[in-house]
Amino acid sequence: MTSSPTSEGVSGARIGVVTFPGTLDDVDASRAVALAGAEPVTLWHGDADLRDVDAVVLPGGFSYGDYLRCGAIARFAPVMEPLVAAARGGLPVLGICNGFQILCETHLLPGALTRNESLHFVCRDQRLRVETADTFWTSDFEPGDEIVIPLKNGEGNYVADERVLDELEAENRVVFRYLGGNPNGSRRDIAGISNARGNVVGLMPHPEHAVEDLTGPGTDGLGLFTSALTAIVNA
Amino acid sequence: MARIIVEVMLKPEILDPQGQAVKNALGRLGLTGVADVRQGKRFVIDVDDEAGVDEARIDELAGSLLSNPVIEDYAWRVVADTEAGA
Repeated sequence: MTSSPTSEGVSGARIGVVTFPGTLDDVDASRAVALAGAEPVTLWHGDADLRDVDAVVLPGGFSYGDYLRCGAIARFAPVMEPLVAAARGGLPVLGICNGFQILCETHLLPGALTRNESLHFVCRDQRLRVETADTFWTSDFEPGDEIVIPLKNGEGNYVADERVLDELEAENRVVFRYLGGNPNGSRRDIAGISNARGNVVGLMPHPEHAVEDLTGPGTDGLGLFTSALTAIVNA
Repeated sequence: MARIIVEVMLKPEILDPQGQAVKNALGRLGLTGVADVRQGKRFVIDVDDEAGVDEARIDELAGSLLSNPVIEDYAWRVVADTEAGA
């Protein structure tokens, strides 16, 4: 790996990164995609066009200022119509933080993210356990792997009713769990989940901020992006 | 002119940390006996004329855009001009 990301991507895989008004982490997400060896493709909220990408990242931030509810307005953006249809058809989609909130608002993932139990915005390096490698975004990990990536949110408290939580656990769809203390009150320490097929994954912590030693707590986040790349190249 | 009022509240089983914070503040300000506080949202939507209120559409949007049925309940009503000071 060279010190600067390539713009072309060595694999030929193209991974889209959506920008909404108020998105913050699209540039970091694109950089992570490039460091993983894929070509980042910018997608615009106002265009109902996925530009033939092989996967999509919904990055973090505060789309539409978090007005109404986090992700509630982004859900109805033009780009979401083809995205939701493609995700239902198997397109790998990763939602990070605000992206996770958007995926819950679209009901591609069950449950919702509500105000942190403490009411405080939490920003820290967070230890997580990878619970399953059976998703498009975690196949390069082993179940039980521990990773450290940044967490930064005010509304990361994952809630769902008991029946949904039991179903997620029974179907091995809890993808990440918080270790070393639950930062936001999330039910059953859930930090990230997937849909039944494993192509759609959402998590509150930020893997795209842990892809280079210089700027993050390590490079543990890179595995999510290389996992998707593996899935695309082997498809 | 007609006015539609939509009220959205977190479902009873969903923790409301903002309501809890308000409850604690009420106690600090000397109001005793407060058992619980829940915080919600109220949308006031003015439309051109009452004949134009599409009830099915309002209900659909109240249950999708204005509230998240996973965590929130909603209720809506159309009020006459005379009540429109709401």
